[in-house]
Amino acid sequence: MADMAPRKTTARPSGAPWLSLKYREMLEAWLFVSPTFIGFLIFFLGPLVAIVYFSTTEWNLLSQQSTFIGLRNFENALLENPDFWHVVRNSVVFALGLVPLNMALALALALALSRPFRGVVFFRTIFFAPVITSAIAWAIVWKFLLQGEGGAVNQMLAWIGIDGPNWLRQPNWAMAAVIVTRVIKMVGLNMILYIAALQSIPRDYEEAATLEGASRRQIFRMITWPLLAPTTLVIMVLTTIGSFKVFDHIYQMTGGGPENGTLVLAFYIYQQGFKFFNVGYASALALIMFVIVMALTLVQVMLRRREME
Amino acid sequence: MTPRQTETLYRVCWTVVLLLLAVPFVFPFLWMISGGFKSTTEIFGTPTLIPRVWRFENFVEVFTYQPFARQYFNSLYIAGTVTVLTLLIASLAGYALARIRFAGAGLLMLFLVMALMVPEEVTIIPNFFLIKTLGLIDTHWPLILLPVFGPQGVMATFLMRQFFLALPKELEEAGKMDGLSRLGVWWKIALPMSRPALAAVAIITFLHSWNLFLEPLIFLSSLEKFTLPLALSNFNDSYGLPLWNLQLAATSLAVVPILIIYLIAQRQIIESFALSGVKG
Repeated sequence: MADMAPRKTTARPSGAPWLSLKYREMLEAWLFVSPTFIGFLIFFLGPLVAIVYFSTTEWNLLSQQSTFIGLRNFENALLENPDFWHVVRNSVVFALGLVPLNMALALALALALSRPFRGVVFFRTIFFAPVITSAIAWAIVWKFLLQGEGGAVNQMLAWIGIDGPNWLRQPNWAMAAVIVTRVIKMVGLNMILYIAALQSIPRDYEEAATLEGASRRQIFRMITWPLLAPTTLVIMVLTTIGSFKVFDHIYQMTGGGPENGTLVLAFYIYQQGFKFFNVGYASALALIMFVIVMALTLVQVMLRRREME
Repeated sequence: MTPRQTETLYRVCWTVVLLLLAVPFVFPFLWMISGGFKSTTEIFGTPTLIPRVWRFENFVEVFTYQPFARQYFNSLYIAGTVTVLTLLIASLAGYALARIRFAGAGLLMLFLVMALMVPEEVTIIPNFFLIKTLGLIDTHWPLILLPVFGPQGVMATFLMRQFFLALPKELEEAGKMDGLSRLGVWWKIALPMSRPALAAVAIITFLHSWNLFLEPLIFLSSLEKFTLPLALSNFNDSYGLPLWNLQLAATSLAVVPILIIYLIAQRQIIESFALSGVKG
């Protein structure tokens, strides 16, 4: 190959490759990934750069004018506009309510359903069914069930003597309702991940511990829970990120209301960008969301590294 | 009690607890269907799970209130297109990332991880202007392009790569000996062997597109271009209040076929999601 290189290509003996193997491989590889890569540039990296630029402008879609205003949008969000911190608070409340509830329920269900028994498939199928259902459909039905008067939930509560609130008309109840219905919708996914993790734990550990006289609770605390730690970490980060991007559920169930009681970050971005046409401000919000998600991802990567060591 | 009786009692207790827990997972589906058969007066009366009068006309009115058949078809063909494109593009890239060591692969992977983690809400504003500049507002193009190249497509790429990494190389090398090009090896040998992975990716991708909401909401404005979730959220009266019986009838029509498929193929579907583990 080396002695061929200086010759002119026209003198290339027929059948010999016109590129060295290494370069041909590289070319092939880039051709294979090119659709993905080009799509990534156009629909992800480009837009990401664009929001950095957009976020420094005041751009109103109605007036069709864009002026450079530096960091004013961020100042506006972080220092002046009370809505922003209200939205952040809502998002944090949503995450703090959803993540622990989702994970605890997912783990409990997984522990109950990780061993074969009669009916195990039946239960798994039921608890997972909402995951494949459209969030809009799910929200429509729950909105119907949670009506103040004539709602099925309140009627059931009445049977046991509880006078249910008008769930979606009072800010705090609406937030609670959105969190709980979201947990019911998504818990099946984490349950499945936990079941997979539980099934990969060798049975010998538990058998040995039982022979040593360990109780069920001790086995869980000393063996199962530590071995589940990597899964727990992944689930925690993914569920947290997922809670920050919840949109359709809230759009359909409460529309961010009442009194902005369920106005969370993803919905606020949509509202500012596509309802009020504050493109600059909405871009600044999107950038803040990006930073939050990246920070959460980094935390996960770092924690995992530490665990490996 | 004998240990055996204790065990039985224990099991019965657990089953009862699980059945109670299952109520909020199952009831919404039942109320959805029953509400779809009720009349407006009954909807606002005392709720009963079984309708007192079965009003089948709701399921006819669904189709006259909006071009619901057309909207249904839109969702089907868009989800189908997205699935086929994703399978092709993701398996190509996933194959290269698994099988070829090339300059830039590491950086590309890092970029893709980033694209995987970042929610669509972050990039939706510039993407809106991009689509607008391309003159594709109120068309189905953005609903196909954005998911194929967005986080969902990236996840498919990673799943395919993961699968190819675990696949033995020998057959592919034999194919190369027989004079197949790299593309030929991918198409004739690697792809046929990766049916399980392709099926998993197809299931997740189809459902994701079928349930997509933010993009249709932002890009579509004419009724006959709507997809199902957008159409469902649009069953409102002139005051913006939901027309419950129609809305629930339409929701049933959208959800029940998917549920039936799910009940038939639940094992395969649940495993696909377990494999991905990435959907928030």
